[in-house]
Amino acid sequence: MLGAQARSQASYRVSFVVDLIGNVGGTVFDVVTILVLFGVTRELGGFTLREALVMVGLSAFAFATADLLVGNIERLPRYVRTGLFDAVLVRPLAALPQLLLMDLPLRKVSRAAFGLVVLLVAVGSAGIHWTPGRLALLVVAPAAGVVFFGSVFVATATVSFYWVDSGELANAVTYGGRDFTSYPITVYGGWFRALFAYGLGFAFVSYHPALALLGRADPLGLPAWVGWAAPGVALVAAALAAAAWRVGIRHYRSTGS
Amino acid sequence: MGSVTATVAPTTGSHVTSWFRTFGAIAASGFRRHATYRQAAVAGAVTNSVFGFLHCYVFLAVAGAAGTAGGYDRAQLATFVWAGQGLLAVILLWGWTELADRIRTGEIASDLLRPVHPVTSYLAADLGRAGWASVARLVPPLLVGPLFFEVHLPRRWTTLPLFVLSVLTAIVVCFACRFLVNATAYWLQDVRGPMILWTLCSGVLAGLYFPLGFLPDWLELSLRYGTPFPSLFQTPLDVLVERQATPVQVGLVGLQVGWAVLLLAACRLVQRRAERRMVVQGG
Repeated sequence: MLGAQARSQASYRVSFVVDLIGNVGGTVFDVVTILVLFGVTRELGGFTLREALVMVGLSAFAFATADLLVGNIERLPRYVRTGLFDAVLVRPLAALPQLLLMDLPLRKVSRAAFGLVVLLVAVGSAGIHWTPGRLALLVVAPAAGVVFFGSVFVATATVSFYWVDSGELANAVTYGGRDFTSYPITVYGGWFRALFAYGLGFAFVSYHPALALLGRADPLGLPAWVGWAAPGVALVAAALAAAAWRVGIRHYRSTGS
Repeated sequence: MGSVTATVAPTTGSHVTSWFRTFGAIAASGFRRHATYRQAAVAGAVTNSVFGFLHCYVFLAVAGAAGTAGGYDRAQLATFVWAGQGLLAVILLWGWTELADRIRTGEIASDLLRPVHPVTSYLAADLGRAGWASVARLVPPLLVGPLFFEVHLPRRWTTLPLFVLSVLTAIVVCFACRFLVNATAYWLQDVRGPMILWTLCSGVLAGLYFPLGFLPDWLELSLRYGTPFPSLFQTPLDVLVERQATPVQVGLVGLQVGWAVLLLAACRLVQRRAERRMVVQGG
């Protein structure tokens, strides 16, 4: 199925190249935005550009990779509205893998690759004092971020089982979460930070792992080992997303169209 | 060429009232069409508010202890962000592919049979859409923002009328840009390239990701005077937060109007070229 996808998508070569470039563009401008902001100020939320770039790298790689693998679930509202989802359900295969493989967006590969480049350049230039533990974290944290963002994609998509016209609502959490994790969470304040960072768990995608990599104490006062909690948080998120998906499918009634 | 195209020449003179009536009817139908998507409007308003919080906190952190960034103080930055989130759906930077879709499927042919010029009728429908959006999408962020952040309220009596004029012009400029991007479908098999280019450029160059005042002066000025992008977003917001003196603001809105006229003329030119081409092809 994957091979067929690759061949069919690459057969329109110009379109495919345009898509590859276009997908990198979004992340490029995210990085440009950070650079412009640091052109106006020397530090953001108590962090320098080099430190902030580690968070940007973690966030960009995790989001882009999760978007490549499961981001297509965003189309669920349309599948529900048009009734295509019924066709998926009657096939003797699990619904979620089918949905994801039905149109794996290979054009998004470029973006995940660019995210990886940003991450590697950032950790390379941040002057990190490398230990075996930190090297391990450099592998574990991005992987946990991918699982976490993937769970967010699945969980927010299930809203469309209840509320068909909810497309933009999911964006608030998925793309909002990406923007949130691109900056040190010290930037945000009050209940908004509490909600996104710890209520939804986005602090464990980039902020706390970056602190552990950089060997910096948390200005907000959490201990250093919290950076290592990322995989645990990601697993909890995945379990919650799976549960939400099951409940959602059971609740699903065809629109009849 | 002197060939007969499917469109009728725009009515003039004594038909002015009927022209306005038609324009108004199309705009009203555009309003009604979008007013049916109430759930989507609520979902959109919530999303705009979340991004309002995100951007607002980041820009305030940029202003930091000094309290200013790029010539904006904290209250001005907050107003810039929240009004910007409200304007996003009114001006509709992204997601309009209606014309390109109709060109691809050939449905455009039925548009050409109507007695109203396609540019005019699409503009009227877009103004109607913007009217609904300014009720459903502009108002919520304008109400939510001041609850949580200290915002800049206009102090000069000239600001509000100028802001309304500037937003109206921005809608027209944005419509014309989108029309031109969509119209590449007359020539290209696949409009994704121009669409992607437009999406990327309009977000960053119009002032959505950061106020253009954060850029070096030479870059900001060349963007402002050399491209229509700041006319989409930056200018109405600068007018609202009173970044410049009133005469300068009048000048900037004048520049916007200039872009609107120029781009609408370009739309008509492109449309005429495309129609001739279609007649030649017989398709």
